[in-house]
Amino acid sequence: MSGDTATNNAATVPTDGQTTGGTDYLNCSYGIKSWLLTLDHKRIGVMYLVAILTSFFLGGIFALLVRTELLTPGQTIVDADTYNRMFTLHGAIMIFLFIIPGIPAALGNFILPLQLGAKDVALPRLNLASFHLYLGGAIFLLAAIWLGGVDTGWTFYTPYSTTTNGSVVLVTLGVFILGFSSIFTGLNFIVTIHRMRPAGMGWFGMPLFLWALYATAIIQVLATPVLGITVLLLIAERMLGIGIFDPALGGDPVLFQHFFWFYSHPAVYIMILPAMGVISELISVHSRKRIFGYRMIAFSSIAIAILSFLVWGHHLFVSGQSNLANMVFSALTFSVSIPSAIKVFNWIATLYKGEIRLNAPMLYALAFILLFGIGGLTGLFLGSLATDVHLHDTYFIVAHFHYTMMGSVVIAFLGGLHHWWPKMFGRMYSERWSVIAAALVFVGFNVTFFTQFVMGSKGMPRRYYNYPSEFTIYHVISSIGSYLLAIGFIITAIYLIHSLVKGRKAPANPWGGASLEWQTASPPIHDNFAEEPVLTDPYDFSVNEFDERTGDYLLRPEVKG
Amino acid sequence: MIYVISVIFFALIVGLMVTFVVQFRRRKGYQAEDSPPHNTRLEVIWTVIPTLLCVLIFYLGFKSFLNMSTPPANAYEISVTGQKWQWFFGYPNGHTASELHVPVDRPVKLVMTSEDVIHSLWIPAFRVKKDVVPGRYSKIWFQAIEPGDYPLLCTEYCGTGHSDMLSRVIVHEPGGFETWLRDADGLLDTLPPAEAGEKLYLTKGCTQCHSVDGTAGIGPTFQDMFAGSFATRDGATIVVDEDYVRESMLDPAASVIAGFEPVMPTYAGKLKDKEITMLIAYFKSISRHAPQEPASSDADSDHSDQPDLPDNPDNLDHPEDPDHSEEK
Ligand code: HEC
Ligand SMILES: [Cu+2]
Repeated sequence: MSGDTATNNAATVPTDGQTTGGTDYLNCSYGIKSWLLTLDHKRIGVMYLVAILTSFFLGGIFALLVRTELLTPGQTIVDADTYNRMFTLHGAIMIFLFIIPGIPAALGNFILPLQLGAKDVALPRLNLASFHLYLGGAIFLLAAIWLGGVDTGWTFYTPYSTTTNGSVVLVTLGVFILGFSSIFTGLNFIVTIHRMRPAGMGWFGMPLFLWALYATAIIQVLATPVLGITVLLLIAERMLGIGIFDPALGGDPVLFQHFFWFYSHPAVYIMILPAMGVISELISVHSRKRIFGYRMIAFSSIAIAILSFLVWGHHLFVSGQSNLANMVFSALTFSVSIPSAIKVFNWIATLYKGEIRLNAPMLYALAFILLFGIGGLTGLFLGSLATDVHLHDTYFIVAHFHYTMMGSVVIAFLGGLHHWWPKMFGRMYSERWSVIAAALVFVGFNVTFFTQFVMGSKGMPRRYYNYPSEFTIYHVISSIGSYLLAIGFIITAIYLIHSLVKGRKAPANPWGGASLEWQTASPPIHDNFAEEPVLTDPYDFSVNEFDERTGDYLLRPEVKG
Repeated sequence: MIYVISVIFFALIVGLMVTFVVQFRRRKGYQAEDSPPHNTRLEVIWTVIPTLLCVLIFYLGFKSFLNMSTPPANAYEISVTGQKWQWFFGYPNGHTASELHVPVDRPVKLVMTSEDVIHSLWIPAFRVKKDVVPGRYSKIWFQAIEPGDYPLLCTEYCGTGHSDMLSRVIVHEPGGFETWLRDADGLLDTLPPAEAGEKLYLTKGCTQCHSVDGTAGIGPTFQDMFAGSFATRDGATIVVDEDYVRESMLDPAASVIAGFEPVMPTYAGKLKDKEITMLIAYFKSISRHAPQEPASSDADSDHSDQPDLPDNPDNLDHPEDPDHSEEK
C-alpha cells in the first residue's frame, strides 16, 4: 500500500551506511562523521535527544542554584547580580534549548516517519540543517555564559535589556539562530505529514501524536519569524540606539512586550501541544483502549494552535494596555481553555473500561493529567482580569507556568521517552526503578511548586533575591522539593544509561501499540522497515495479541492477511 | 468563585481518574471491554458547561477590573516616580517622600512614571498593581479603609536592587494625613542640621546603596567619606567637599568613584538645596577627616566644571498646590 512513497523515499534518502540484515540504525555505520553528517531522521533525533538532555541538565543546575540561594532571605550562596544571572540562564536554557525543541525535535524526529511507515522525513537535509543550527545557537548561549552572562530574565524586556551590562547581544543572537532551527523542523514536519502519509492513511487515520506535531509545526513556522525580528530589533536598539523601544528616542518599551509575547505565547503551545499528543498515545496504548473522541482531540489541537496567536496580550494586563485590549485578550484567553478541557475529559473517558497498565509511561501520563489540570485551572485566575492584577509577577505565576511547562511538558516528555525508549535503543529499562523515579519526580514536583502557589497568593513577588522572612518557610519547602526532584532525575538518568548497556533486549512491540512504529524491529534498521508495514487503525488494539514466549505483541495472522 | 469552580473540577478529574485506574487496572482474568469510541451528547455537555463557566468568570473578572481601573473624579492625586531602586512620592504641596502617606477613607490616585527601566508598583493589601513605564504616565487608584502600615513593592524585574525596591504605605487616621503633610516639610528645620541630615539619609532611600558603618554596598560607605580622597574611574583623584557632594547628588554620573558602577539616580528635583546642606552636615559628623581643612586646591580643579543646577523642587506632573486647599 505504501509502495510509491517507499520508492520516493529511496530516491531522496542517500544511504550513508550499510543496511544489511542484523544491523540497525545504531550500528550500521560508525564514527563521528556518520552521526554529525547523517541524514537519518533517527540519528538526528537521537543527537537532538542527547543535546536536549544536556541542556536540561545545565538548566537544572541553574535551577538548583536558584533554589539554594532562596533558602534564606538575602545572601545564601551568591550575590544579587549572580542570582539574577542564574535565573535568567535557567529560563533561557530551559525554554530555548530544552523545552521548545524537546518533544518535536527529539521524539518527533524519531517517531514521526516511523508512524507514517516512511523511510525518513520529506526533507532530510533540512532536518540536519536544523540540528546544526541548534548547535550553533547553543554555542552562542554557552559563550554568553562564559562572557559574563545575562541578567535580563529570559524575557529580555526593554529598556532594561538595552541598558544593562552583560552579553545580551550574544544570547539574543543565539535565540535568533535557534528560532531558525525551530522553523526548519516545523516546515519539515508539515511537508512530511502532507506528502508522506502512506496510501490508505487519511488525516483521520493518523496517530494523534502526528496531529499534535502538525499543529505545533504550524505555530513554529508562523510565530517564530516574529521572535527573529524582535530580537534583531533589540540588538539594533542596543548597538545602534535606533529608538524603537527607548522612550528617550521616541520609542515604546511596551511595544517590545507585544512583539515578544506575540511569539512567546504561541511558543507555550509549541511546548504543550506535542506533549498533549504524547499523552494521547500513552493513555490509549497503556490502557489498550481506543482513544475516546478522536476527532475532538484532533480538532482541539488545531483550535489551540489558532487561538494561541490571539492571546498574547494576557501577559500585559498590568502593563498599561487599554481596557478594551484587556477585555478582548481576557475573553480570548478563556476560549483556549475549552479545547484543553475537552482533551482532558477525552483522556479520562479513554481510561473507562480499559486495561490499565501502571508502568512508568502510564504513570507519567496520569501525572500529566493531574498536573496539567492544576496548571490549567490556576490559569483561570490569571485569565480573569481582576485576579490577575494581584497575582501578576508573583510566585503564583511561577508556579502556574511550571505546572504547565514542567509539570505537563517535561512529564509528557519523560512519559514519551519511557514509552519509545525500547523502540529507540532496543533495550528495556528497569521497571521497578522507573516507577520509583516517576513517583519521586511527582512528589518532588508538587512539593516544589504547589508551595509557590501559596507563597504567590500571599504576596511573594517573582525574581526576588531578597524577601521578607515570613516567606522563608515556603522557600525552604520549595527548595527541598527541588532536591527531591533532582534525585528523581538522577535515578532516571542512571537506570536509562544502565539499560543501554545491561538492559534486556526489547521486543518489537513491548506495549502492544497499534501504530506503525511498533511493526518494525527495536531498534529499527537504517531504512526503518525491512518489509512494508501493515496499515491498521492506530487505536484498534485488537490487531495484536501478547505472545508469552517472546514478551512481544504480535499482529494477529488474520490482520497480516 | 474561580477557586470553587477549580476545586470542583479538579476533584472531578481526580475522582474519575482514580476510580477508573483502580477499577480498570490490568489484572489476571480481566480484559478490556469495548465502549463507544465517542459519544456526542457527552462531548457536547463537557464543552458547553466549561464554556458557560468561562464566560461567567470572564464577566466577573472584567467587571471588577473596570471598577479598579476607573478612578473617581475626586481622588487625591499623588505622583510616583520609580527609579532604580527606590520610589519617590510627590504631594501636591511639593513635598517628596520615599514612603507613601495617604488619608484613610478617601480615594487616592497615583500617577506614576519611571526615570529608567520599567518598574511595577504593587500594594498587595489593596490589590493594586501597575507597571511604571519610562516615558508614560500610568494610573491606579485605591481607597484605604483602615489606618495602618502596608508594604509596597516593585514587581517588574529591574536589576540588582529589585527585591529591595520596597517602601511602605502609611494610612493615616482621619485628620492625621493633613497634619503630617503640613509638618513634613517644616519638620527638618526644627532639628540640628546633622540630625536632619541623618533623617534624610534614612528616608530618602540612600540606605539602599550606602552604609554608614564602613562597608561598601552598591555605593561607597559614608563613614569617613567627607574630606576623604578617592580615585575616580577615569584615574583622577577627588577630595570630597561640599561641592563634590552636591555634584554627586545632582549629577552622579559626572564623576564615578573607582570600583563602583554609575547606578546612582539623580536627586535633582527630589532634594532641595537646604536638604543637601543638611546631608553635608551629617556626612561631616560621621567623618574623622571632617575637622581637618577640607579639599586642597589641586583636587578642586577636577570638578571645576561643577554645573550650577537650578533648584526645582517640583518637577512633577501636576500643578502646585501650596496651601493644600483640597483637604476637607
Ligand atoms: C542605587 C544606589 C544608590 C542610591 C539609592 C544612592 N546612591 Fe549615592 N552612590 C551610588 C554609587 C554606586 C556611587 C559611586 C559611584 C558614583 O560616584 O557615582 C555613589 C556615590 C555617592 C556619593 C559620592 C561618594 C564618594 O565617596 O565620593 C555621594 C555623596 C552619594 N552617593 C550620596 C548619596 C545620597 C545622599 C543618597 C540618598 C539621597 C544616595 N547617594 C543614594 C549609589 C547610590
Ligand atoms: Cu523595579
